[in-house]
Amino acid sequence: MNIEELTIEKVLDGYRNKKFSITEIIQVYFERIKKYNPQINSFITLCEEEALQEAKRKDELLKNEGVSLPLFGIPMGLKDLFSTKDIKTTASSEVLEDYTPPYDSTVVQRLKDAGAIILGKLNCDAWAHGSSGENSDFGPTKNPWNKEYVPGGSSSGSAASVAASFVLAATGTDTGGSIRLPASFTNTVGLKPTYGRVSRYGVIAMASSLDSIGHFTKTVRDNALILNITAGNDMFDATTSQNPVPNYLENLNKGIKGLKIGIPKEYTTKEKGMELDVLLTFENAIKKLNKLGAEIIEISLPHTEYSIACYYIIQPSEVSSNLARYDGIRFGNDRSYFGDEAKRRIMLGTYTLSAGYYDAYYKKAMQARTLIKQNFDKVFDASNGVDAIIAPVSPTLPWKLGEKVNDPLKMYLSDVFTVTANLAGIPGLSVPAGFAKELPVGIQILGPHFSEELLFRIGFAFEQETEFYKSNPKL
Amino acid sequence: MKNINHKPIIGLEIHVELNTKTKMFCRCPAKYFGEEPNTYTCPVCLGLPGALPYPNKTANEYCVMIALALQCKITDFSYFERKNYFYPDLPKGYQISQYINPFGIDGYLNIKSSAQDSKRIRIRRVHMEEDTAKLIHPSGNQDEHSYIDFNRSGVPLVEIVTEPDIASAEEAKIFLTKLQRIIRYLGVSDADMEKGNMRLEPNISLRELTTENIKLDTEKLPNYKVEVKNINSFRFVEKAINYEIERQMKILEKGEIPVQETRGWDDIKNKTVSQRIKEEAHDYRYFPEPDIPPIKIDKTYVEKIKEKIPELPDEKIQRFAKEYLLSFYDSEILAREKQTADYFEEGVIIGLKESITPKQIANRMINDKTFNPETTLPAQLIEEMLLLKKDILEVITDEDKKKIETVIKENPQAAEAYGNGKMQVIGFLIGAVNKKLQGKKINPQLIKNTLEMLLKK
Repeated sequence: MNIEELTIEKVLDGYRNKKFSITEIIQVYFERIKKYNPQINSFITLCEEEALQEAKRKDELLKNEGVSLPLFGIPMGLKDLFSTKDIKTTASSEVLEDYTPPYDSTVVQRLKDAGAIILGKLNCDAWAHGSSGENSDFGPTKNPWNKEYVPGGSSSGSAASVAASFVLAATGTDTGGSIRLPASFTNTVGLKPTYGRVSRYGVIAMASSLDSIGHFTKTVRDNALILNITAGNDMFDATTSQNPVPNYLENLNKGIKGLKIGIPKEYTTKEKGMELDVLLTFENAIKKLNKLGAEIIEISLPHTEYSIACYYIIQPSEVSSNLARYDGIRFGNDRSYFGDEAKRRIMLGTYTLSAGYYDAYYKKAMQARTLIKQNFDKVFDASNGVDAIIAPVSPTLPWKLGEKVNDPLKMYLSDVFTVTANLAGIPGLSVPAGFAKELPVGIQILGPHFSEELLFRIGFAFEQETEFYKSNPKL
Repeated sequence: MKNINHKPIIGLEIHVELNTKTKMFCRCPAKYFGEEPNTYTCPVCLGLPGALPYPNKTANEYCVMIALALQCKITDFSYFERKNYFYPDLPKGYQISQYINPFGIDGYLNIKSSAQDSKRIRIRRVHMEEDTAKLIHPSGNQDEHSYIDFNRSGVPLVEIVTEPDIASAEEAKIFLTKLQRIIRYLGVSDADMEKGNMRLEPNISLRELTTENIKLDTEKLPNYKVEVKNINSFRFVEKAINYEIERQMKILEKGEIPVQETRGWDDIKNKTVSQRIKEEAHDYRYFPEPDIPPIKIDKTYVEKIKEKIPELPDEKIQRFAKEYLLSFYDSEILAREKQTADYFEEGVIIGLKESITPKQIANRMINDKTFNPETTLPAQLIEEMLLLKKDILEVITDEDKKKIETVIKENPQAAEAYGNGKMQVIGFLIGAVNKKLQGKKINPQLIKNTLEMLLKK
């Protein structure tokens, strides 16, 4: 058994064929985590005892009932923004360094009910504020492909853990690219579902109207399998949709012949800090999709240029309100424990919501948001639009640790291609697209609301053709 | 000294806790009164990380119902907003409320006072929000802590704001009494002041009326406003308003302007005391609550709620006077509480067959001090009245007494229930005795006394 080659599918097969027990699998993963995590720093809380107990219990079940659940005995990690009953949940901030929730978030509950085993909690930028993972109060996470580089953020530990084969899947949150960017930087598959597809209940909020709850896996198939579990209406999140949840595995290998795929010209300009390596990888990806039978069409999303400005008003506004509950009265440490980035966003957001400024900032940004959404609606128009869009995830390759920490604005600009999907509420799937300078590069596939099934189909075709998932970092 | 007249300008802000089964945004029970502190809580009403609000549809309906009963226009599109401020009783650091688009606006309630036969008090807005937790500051020096009870956190709260159309403490009291009746008629809240189901905040200022500006009466408001909080009875509202009028008058007469502030009512000292000086408006940084989708209100929804509104006191009084030929005075007394009005009408239907008039029933209900709707069913009331009309014996013979004893023996369950404090069964027993007496009419009060005496043995 080569742990790096394992996927959810392979592990479930192994259980079925008695190649290994659940306990053996969980032990192997913990051995690997304990050996390499000190270099990577993707896990900040380990639940070894509980996980092994659970594995033992499940091994008994396995003997009697076989593999009875879709994620039976699958080792997973959770971004430390997901509330877990009786397991410390810190948001990677010292404010919550000793906070243990009395309840499970909906997604965690669903994953556990589906048989997943939680190995521990994963590092991230504190409160999910950041694009590199360096804003964690518990130290930055390193990119498994090159430990001098960032793994991308804010779901840094989730991406790094999947890439380093510490877990088979990890949850993440994407408010402005926090799943897609780190997926792209680590050769993993990252999904940002449609807003309202997956419940936010119990996940520490960053910006409520933008937060999307997704996950990382090594393959597209595994990714679809997880969404089968997490998607769906929740009586604890009023913004979840009543739309029925399809079986995301069903149409996975239907191919992409005849699909119309749009390339937004605003995302491929050589200006605005776009690195040539990224552009070349992207052009290669277009060629592959074309070869697979997709029709490639140049499209325009003219309001893209306002997206970062718009995002950096709406997001801090909501952040400033969402962080108000961390007053240290009922739980956690007091406000002096907030880091600089959180304080920066609290101040920005408080300002943009203030009387006299609200109309000029927040209200204007919400109007711009509507225009950005309309851009997408037009492009995806059922009669003469495209089926999906592909675009680079980040204008740059992963950068070196420390390179942007003193320049918040530069850091914010790394989200330029990802924030639009959050503003419009549409889904995005980041899939590996190759390597440049021995660092991973991903592309994102965007589609209309609730088109995750289509995104998986395109991603799967691309993955079968390119097989980048077979590459693993040397730790 | 100039000849100046002062006219009180009074507006009211009323908070009403709804009596829904569950809280506004979670499934915790909403009836917290008298419960052990912090037992009706969950991640949502404690504002724990990651918790989200899930709106209570019944509460929204009740709020729209109140707005309709106050003749408000109902918005066709509404949404919740966050009112951001820090206070230990507010676990999320913001209150979910409505600001730009309340459910109801521009309503009114007509009142009748000693000064005016009909006066319209305009309602500015009726909106839905959530209650805060309750702060408890133990008195005495032993305990230096303050405590927070989150049982109240998130209980549905409707805020009703009037225009400053009220001109006296008397008008305020009349308005509030009427409002309380309407809310109780709707059945959406117990509106019990003592339990904090209904909380009042009058704001009071005085406008100087000189002969020159007397015609400008309703145009310009004074340039200050005093808000009074912590009032838990209508009587104290009256007292607080009168106290404020006098206090502010004295300041104005000195040529000064009262300070814009929040004052509290001290019911021991019988005066208002300064609590917080408002230098400028608080910036609550309102913005649409992203955790709750906007609410579309269509006509069918409003119509459905309208159908649920029972006949309200004013209409009932009119109808009683017209239909039953009662005086306005009697109608008003009977319509004060919905239960009393319903009792009366039930009696009217039964009385009709026995040619007992509504007026007679009303008289009996209003004037007979022994009348108790808790222990006498409407049918029994009519029966008693019938007996009074015929020859009624004022003595109980030994034979009668034996019959009464037999009735008790024949109805051991009723007798036991009476022993257990269920006084209402006496009505049932009186009925049984009358049957046993086979047409012999004895003063029911006498039967009642005998029954009670025998039952207590």
